[in-house]
Amino acid sequence: MSSLARVLPVLLSTAFGLVSTLAGLLLVTFVIGRVMPIDPVVAVVGDKASAQTYAAAREQLGLDQPLYVQFGRYIAGVARGDLGTSTVSNRPVAEDIARVFPATIELATLGILIGVAFGVPLGVYAAHRLNQWPDHLIRFLALFGFSTPVFWLGLLGLLVFYSWLGWIGGPGRIGIAYRFTVPPRTGFMLVDTLLAGRPDAFRNALSHIVLPATLIGYYAMAYIARMTRGFMIEELSKEYVTTARIKGASEARVMWLHAFPNILVPLITVIALSYGLLLEGTVLIETVFSWPGLGLYITNGLFTADMPAVLGGTLVVGLIFVILNKASEISYAFLDPRTTR
Amino acid sequence: MSAPASPAVAPAALSPAPASRREARIALARQRLRRIVANPSSLIGLVIVVTFVLVAIFAPLLATHEPNAQDFAVRLSPPSAAHWLGTDQFGRDVYSRLVYGARPTLLIVLMVVLLSAPFGFVLGLVAGYAGGLLEAVLMRITDIVMAFPRLVLALALVAVLKPGLINAVIAIAVTAWPPYARLARAEALALRHADFVEAARGLGMGARGIVFGQIMPLCMSSVSIRATLDMAGIILTAAGLGFLGLGAQPPLAEWGAMIAQGRDQVFDAWWVAAAPGIAIVVVSLGFNLLGDGLRDVLDPKHHG
Repeated sequence: MSSLARVLPVLLSTAFGLVSTLAGLLLVTFVIGRVMPIDPVVAVVGDKASAQTYAAAREQLGLDQPLYVQFGRYIAGVARGDLGTSTVSNRPVAEDIARVFPATIELATLGILIGVAFGVPLGVYAAHRLNQWPDHLIRFLALFGFSTPVFWLGLLGLLVFYSWLGWIGGPGRIGIAYRFTVPPRTGFMLVDTLLAGRPDAFRNALSHIVLPATLIGYYAMAYIARMTRGFMIEELSKEYVTTARIKGASEARVMWLHAFPNILVPLITVIALSYGLLLEGTVLIETVFSWPGLGLYITNGLFTADMPAVLGGTLVVGLIFVILNKASEISYAFLDPRTTR
Repeated sequence: MSAPASPAVAPAALSPAPASRREARIALARQRLRRIVANPSSLIGLVIVVTFVLVAIFAPLLATHEPNAQDFAVRLSPPSAAHWLGTDQFGRDVYSRLVYGARPTLLIVLMVVLLSAPFGFVLGLVAGYAGGLLEAVLMRITDIVMAFPRLVLALALVAVLKPGLINAVIAIAVTAWPPYARLARAEALALRHADFVEAARGLGMGARGIVFGQIMPLCMSSVSIRATLDMAGIILTAAGLGFLGLGAQPPLAEWGAMIAQGRDQVFDAWWVAAAPGIAIVVVSLGFNLLGDGLRDVLDPKHHG
C-alpha cells in the first residue's frame, strides 16, 4: 500500500506526540498529587506521630520508594483504570467519574451540535459576503465571546429566562417532580426519557439543558464560524473556483458543492478542538447550573480537599483533550488527499 | 547616544531625517500612537484600558464608601443615590467594591504577563537560535504544556497551592507561557541567518549577545501584541478562579468573587452579580480591541 507508506511517517510522529504528551500529563498530575503538597504521610498519621509510626506509614504508602518507581506505579494504576480512592466518598474515583461523566458528555455534545449548526453556515455566508454584515456579525460574536465570562452569562441567563420569563427549567438536569422516575440506562437524560417512553419527562429535561447547552454552544459557534470563514476565503481564491464560475455554475453551487467539501478536513480538526474546549468550559457552566457532571465533581472535590477526585477528574479531561487533538491530526493525515495520494 | 535634538528642529515635526536616534524613536512612537487613535475600535480599547488603570490607581478617590464597610440596615438595597449600584448581602456598597476590584484584577494581569511572557519568550528564542536537539526538546515540552486544558490544570494547581491571589497568579502563569515560546522560536528561526545577524557573528559577537542584543529587540512588538490579547483571557481565567472561590479570598473585593457572592441572591438582587460581570466584559473588551489595534499598527506582516 503506497498510500499507507505515505501516511505512516505522519502516523508515527503523531503517535510519538500522543505518547509524550500523555506522559507529560501523567507526570504533571503525579507531581501535583505527590511531590508538591503537604507531606501525605503527615496527612495520614498526623504531625504528632512517632518517627516509627511515620516510617511505617511511609512504607505502606510506597513513599519510601524512589520517585521513578512511584511514578511507574502511578502510570500502571492509571492504565488499569485505577485513579485512586476518593477521600470523601471512599469510592474509587474511576467509578465516580463513570457515573457523572454522561451528564457532561450530553451537555457538551448538544453544545457542539448547536455550535456547528449555526457556526458553519454563518462562516460560509460571511466568506460569500466579505466585509458586509455577516462578516461584522462574526467579528462581534467572537469579540464578545472572548470578553465575557461564561459563568456570568449563565447567571444572567437563569435570571432572565428562568426567573423573569419562566421559559426554561432551572438548575439541574430535570425537574424535581421527574427526578428518580426515569430509569437511568444510558446516563444521557434526553435518551433515557425517550427510552422510557416519557415525552413529558423528555420535554422537562430539554427545558433544563437548553440554556447551558446554548451558552457553551455560543462559544463554539463563534470559533467555528471564524475558522470556517477563513478556510472558505482561502478556498474561494483558488483557480478551480474561478473556472466553475466561468462555466456558469450558480454561486450556491460553487460555495457548497465545489469549495465546501474541500474545507471539510481542516473543519473537522477545528470541531474536534472546540469539543475539547467545550469539555473544559463545562467546569464553570456546571457550577452555575448545578449540573451533576465532571466539572461539578472536580470543583466539589476542590472544596472538600479531595485531591484524588480533583486529580482524577483533571486527568480524564486532559486525556480527552489530548486524544481529541491528536485524533484530529490523524484524521487529517487520512482524509486529506494531499497526504495520502 | 548623541545629544538631544538641536533647538532649530521643532521636536513636534515628523522630520524625514531625524537628527538623533532618540528623535527617531519619539517620532515613530508618535506615529504609531496616531495610527492607534485614528482607528475607532482601537481608540475605544485604549481609552478603556487607560481608564481601567487610572481607576485602579485612584480607587480611594473614586469610591464613595469603604469597600469592606458593612451596614446591615441597607443590605441588598437596589441602586439609589446613596448607593449608585446598590448594596450586597452585607450592606457593602457595590460601586465602591467595583472600583477597588480593579486593583486585584490589574495586579493579576500584570503579574501573570511578567511571569509567563519573559519565560516563554527566552525559551523560544534560545530554542529557535540554537536549533538541533535543544530546540527539539524545548519545543516538545512547549507542545506538551500547550496541549493541556488550561483552566482545569490551573484549578488543580491552586488546589494544592491553597486558594489565594498569588497562587492563582502562579497557576495561570504556569499554563500561559507556551504561546510566547512558539512565537519567539518562529521569529528566531526566521532571523537566525539574517545578514545583520551573520554580520554580528562575523564581528565576533557571542550567541548570548546575538540572541539578546540583535534578535530580541525585533521580536518585542509581536510579543507585546500577544501579551495585550492575552490579558483578556487572563482576566477571564482569574475571574473564573475567583468565582469558584480559588482566587482572591474574601473580604477582598475581586470581580469574580463578587459575582460568586451575588450568585445566591441573583433572583432577588441581580445588581450584585450583574455589575462586576459588566466590569469584566468592558475591561476584557478593552484589551481585545487594543490588542487588535496594536497588531494592525506594529505588525507589518499582518494586514486585514
